[in-house]
Amino acid sequence: MIDNRPGPLRHGLQTVLARAYPRVVGANREPSWVFFEVTLPLLATVALVMVYRALEAPARFEGYVILGGAMTAFWLNTIWNMAAQFRWEKENGNLELYLASPAGLMWILTGMALGGSFSTSLRAAAVITLGAVVFDVPFVWSGWPQALLILLITLSALYGVGMALSSLFLKFGRNAEQGISSLMEPVFLLSGAYFPVRALGLGAAVAGTLIPMTLGMDALRQVLLSGDAFELLAWPIEVLLLIVYAVVVMLIARWALKRMEHAAKVEGRLTLRWQ
Amino acid sequence: MEAIRTEKVGRLFKARRGTKEVRALAEIDLIVPPGEIFGLLGPNGAGKTTLIKIFSTLLLPTEGKAYVLGYDVETQFRELRWHISMVSGGETSGYGLLTVREQLWMFSQFHGIPTKTARRRIDELLEVVGLTEWADTRIYNLSTGMRQKMNLVRSLLSDPEVLFLDEPTLGLDVEVARDVRGYLVEWMKEGERTILLTTHYMAEADQLCDQIAIIHLGRVLTVGTPEELKRQAGFRERYRIEVDGVADPALLRSFGPVDTVSMDGGARLTVTLDRERGSGELIRVVGDLAGVRSFTREEPSLEDAFIALTGRGLEDLPPQE
Repeated sequence: MIDNRPGPLRHGLQTVLARAYPRVVGANREPSWVFFEVTLPLLATVALVMVYRALEAPARFEGYVILGGAMTAFWLNTIWNMAAQFRWEKENGNLELYLASPAGLMWILTGMALGGSFSTSLRAAAVITLGAVVFDVPFVWSGWPQALLILLITLSALYGVGMALSSLFLKFGRNAEQGISSLMEPVFLLSGAYFPVRALGLGAAVAGTLIPMTLGMDALRQVLLSGDAFELLAWPIEVLLLIVYAVVVMLIARWALKRMEHAAKVEGRLTLRWQ
Repeated sequence: MEAIRTEKVGRLFKARRGTKEVRALAEIDLIVPPGEIFGLLGPNGAGKTTLIKIFSTLLLPTEGKAYVLGYDVETQFRELRWHISMVSGGETSGYGLLTVREQLWMFSQFHGIPTKTARRRIDELLEVVGLTEWADTRIYNLSTGMRQKMNLVRSLLSDPEVLFLDEPTLGLDVEVARDVRGYLVEWMKEGERTILLTTHYMAEADQLCDQIAIIHLGRVLTVGTPEELKRQAGFRERYRIEVDGVADPALLRSFGPVDTVSMDGGARLTVTLDRERGSGELIRVVGDLAGVRSFTREEPSLEDAFIALTGRGLEDLPPQE
């Protein structure tokens, strides 16, 4: 056994950096991801911008799409590279090794989130750049400091959701993957990814706030786009709600991971790779 | 304190949609002293892997208690995980895009090893298993044998007090398997360490293990040193005898101490004696019959003991449903 065992925080940070490493390094060693993860998704964003252009909508609507395109990248990352990732890790035998090590699952998932957000941030940056340079979206450049703050808090809440969903995988295995992937389209709708969420009506918009992306995007649009008359709540309130959301969802994720790990050990779902 | 102790451990996998209920383990009582290589020997489906997963905190027993280094695997697993490590045969863990060195560093961090210490140990261990020149090779370019050596290094980085090896030489060629076994023996000499090894290679268990538990259909049939197991099984000495002329097996069969005689080409005999009975008289009788060219005593193998205990060879036993 190693002589000097690190404290919990140091060990946690070691785990985060170690688990983030393959994602960051892997992204650099497999350049094809730029085509699949950045270029192709850009086309969908371009298509929706063209719809607004054809309708001669105000330029800020194109801004909605651009910001939506950036944020959905993070949502997809949450779904596929956080929650559903556990299945791949299990099939490869990594999950066993994670669990048999003294590293906590929350730290490992945080590492996944950090590593995943590296490439996702590039995609988001590409979308924003496209909007600013090619489509001349009128971003309010003075709003970027607030935007970064909102983005960080939104991502904390979003990846917290990913961690909680990961625990579902431990419980329900492959069935969870189908369930989780079925959340994609409803989330795009309820979060107002490509349109102001108030257009859904107040009731649906409030329901949409159960998804952190809804509040995050609404806040981002307020600080980065001028003339937005469709805000759900004032952005500082949305930021406060997101902070509360992030804390609550992280606590839920921590609790759920513990419970689900125990249940998986009882049911034998961690080790029976082919069942 | 024992390295591993179990008290009536059982494991039942409940029926799920499309599957039957499976009793994987029943009333397992084992004591593994520290400093030993302890083998679990049995056919596929015997319950070996289930037991090792319980010890490595990945599975809970449905009955009984299991302790590793005195830690209860059910309630003290977080502390226990600092003291153990594991490797499975055919393991494909890790990330193909990483190099060997990067992969090992990543896992070392999960065990809280400082990067500087980890790098030093990685270099030392890669040297020992002969992987130094592959250290900067990406994982997906490694052969099965190299990958398994890397997995072994991964498991040793944290210098575990108890190492669980689940079929560690499965699928390896003879030379690599011999290297792995050789290194394990050397590693054991370095300190107070314990290895729990599951295998269905008889020779591997015979060569490596201080004690062996033969396990079948979820139950421990017997435990002992390889020699004890052979004795427990009532093993009898076997001789191969080459004679100049064609001996008459019927004459040997009439000879008291001889239990079985088989003919091979008319000039070779296989004779099995009870351990207590002498071989000198056998030589004299055979010599009288037809001049002895060679006389070889065959050492008893663990397989002989296994067959005597289970009634069948390891490969012949059907896996548990």
